Amino acid sequence: MTTPAQATASPQPPLATAPGAPAAGRPNGDLQVRTPTPAAKVPGPVAPDGIAISAQGFDAWYGDFHALKGISLEIPRRQVTAFIGPSGCGKSTCLRWINRMNDAIVGARAGGRLQLDGEDLLAPQRDVVELRRRVGMVFQKPNPFPKSIYDNVAFGPRLHRKFARHDLDELVESSLRAAALWDEVKDRLGASALGLSGGQQQRLCIARAVAVGPEVLLMDEPCSALDPRSTASIEQLIRELESQYTIVIVTHNMQQAARVSDRTAFFYEGSLVEAGDTDRIFTNPQSKQTEDYVSGRFG
Amino acid sequence: MSPAAAQVRSPAEIVDAAPRSSAALRAAADRAFLVACLAFTGLAVCILAVLLITVWRQGHERLGWDFLQNFTSRKPDAAGVKAPLWGSVWVCAICALTAIPVGVGTALYLEEFARKSRLTSFIKLNIANLAGVPSIVYGILGLTAFARMFGAVDADQPISIGNPEGPFFIQFPFGNGVLAGGLTLMLVVLPIVIVSSQEALRSVPRSLRGGALALGATQWQSTWNVTLPSALPMVMTGSILAISRAIGEAAPMLVLGVPLFIRSVPTNLTSDFTVLPFQIYYWANRPQAGFSELAAAAILVLLAVLLTFNAVAVVIRQRLQRNAG
Repeated sequence: MTTPAQATASPQPPLATAPGAPAAGRPNGDLQVRTPTPAAKVPGPVAPDGIAISAQGFDAWYGDFHALKGISLEIPRRQVTAFIGPSGCGKSTCLRWINRMNDAIVGARAGGRLQLDGEDLLAPQRDVVELRRRVGMVFQKPNPFPKSIYDNVAFGPRLHRKFARHDLDELVESSLRAAALWDEVKDRLGASALGLSGGQQQRLCIARAVAVGPEVLLMDEPCSALDPRSTASIEQLIRELESQYTIVIVTHNMQQAARVSDRTAFFYEGSLVEAGDTDRIFTNPQSKQTEDYVSGRFG
Repeated sequence: MSPAAAQVRSPAEIVDAAPRSSAALRAAADRAFLVACLAFTGLAVCILAVLLITVWRQGHERLGWDFLQNFTSRKPDAAGVKAPLWGSVWVCAICALTAIPVGVGTALYLEEFARKSRLTSFIKLNIANLAGVPSIVYGILGLTAFARMFGAVDADQPISIGNPEGPFFIQFPFGNGVLAGGLTLMLVVLPIVIVSSQEALRSVPRSLRGGALALGATQWQSTWNVTLPSALPMVMTGSILAISRAIGEAAPMLVLGVPLFIRSVPTNLTSDFTVLPFQIYYWANRPQAGFSELAAAAILVLLAVLLTFNAVAVVIRQRLQRNAG
């Protein structure tokens, strides 16, 4: 445990310097509050703006079912990567191995190489608690805890560190601002999170994930339970978060993948068919299967 | 398209060809079902009302401060329920303080921590079965395990710790004091507490646990901070209902050899005691009219205690739900 002072002394937010960060177009022009950023010890063997997650010959099974077959994929840092493909193609399985959420599933196994910042994610001695602090996750259905809005956001940070009250207040505000929810809830932080609308709940879940200072955000069909307006606000939010987080999003909505992602990976029946820049995947796919899928001819 | 498929009629054709069921008959059946349900509810309410009215008419004249403050007596006019009332309070307090932690802990282990295996499903099945075992059987177990401690120590020369007059006196084996009584009642209610806590934990959505784990919570942090608080209203309701059942138990006390005629209030864990249902049983068996009135009055006291317990359960549940929701 570090002291509260260390805990919140995050490095300068890379807002000004991050490449591709749209300077204008931020609805919260007052985003001057310290923004939760990953602990500074990121570098490792890979350059800061290189590859965050890489898979080489990565296999996954549920019991005897071979869910992922020899996936080789690189996910660049501080970009949005979309996993697309028909149901059951393995994209969610792949996502859930990145923060080892599949550990809880009886019979789930994996082989090959899966790395975060050059560190092996599959090592048996890997501390999944620390891993999940670095790799946040947003689920398909908003799942706020039946607690107050404040306590939802403060939940994660309190698990890992001891905060002074005012630091925690600031962290909650800054996380809610990062999730573009602050203005809507600042007057009712003590109210139950279950009273929020679906879209607000999902943004709260994003704020909750951001509050522990992750490097990567995994989103498993984050808009599939939301109405179009909430979906638009989440998509805009994803674009804003991109400057600070490596984002991987699973989606069934091709338009969403096209709108929100920089890179796209197409999965089919457990294999990675094609991965590349989103523009290219959608306009000039190399594989026939990809072309059929993104043009809506099947799936 | 196979030739056989072409001969299959369309859904609309099949529906139109089938004879209609009588609308009047369906409406009548609907009403008959409603009437039947009302009648059964009415029957249950009537039985309860008859019971309450009978007991009230027989016993209400005996009720009063004196009745609560007097010990039992050979003269009906001087008798009261002080000893069994306090005996019940002691025994149920011990029962609650032991059964709830042990029961909730067991349910947490079985539902949240234990890997699915043949052994855990065998244990779960047996706990569910134990909930149906008659309480007199637990009385025998309590007698062997707590009152006599399997004969490991000579009951005539118990090992004593502390001052026999003081509040912290304890001896092994426990004999038929309040501790043995409370622990025996714990055995009676434990399966019910475990099963209802398991149900409560199962009713917490999986997605909440996933949300906590994805934030880097350990299994324990997820359970303690998210799952258990969400399940707590149901856990407490189940536990308190189980313990209010324990208040009404006379059979295990019979086996434990609880004395029938006691003129003292428990002062420590080894004190002699008796409980309300047992006192009722004793008075109801006496031929004199005065004692049957006393039994009725004691039943009213028992019902009041039960009602208090259930009211507490409701208040706790609403409090916790308000905090959670």
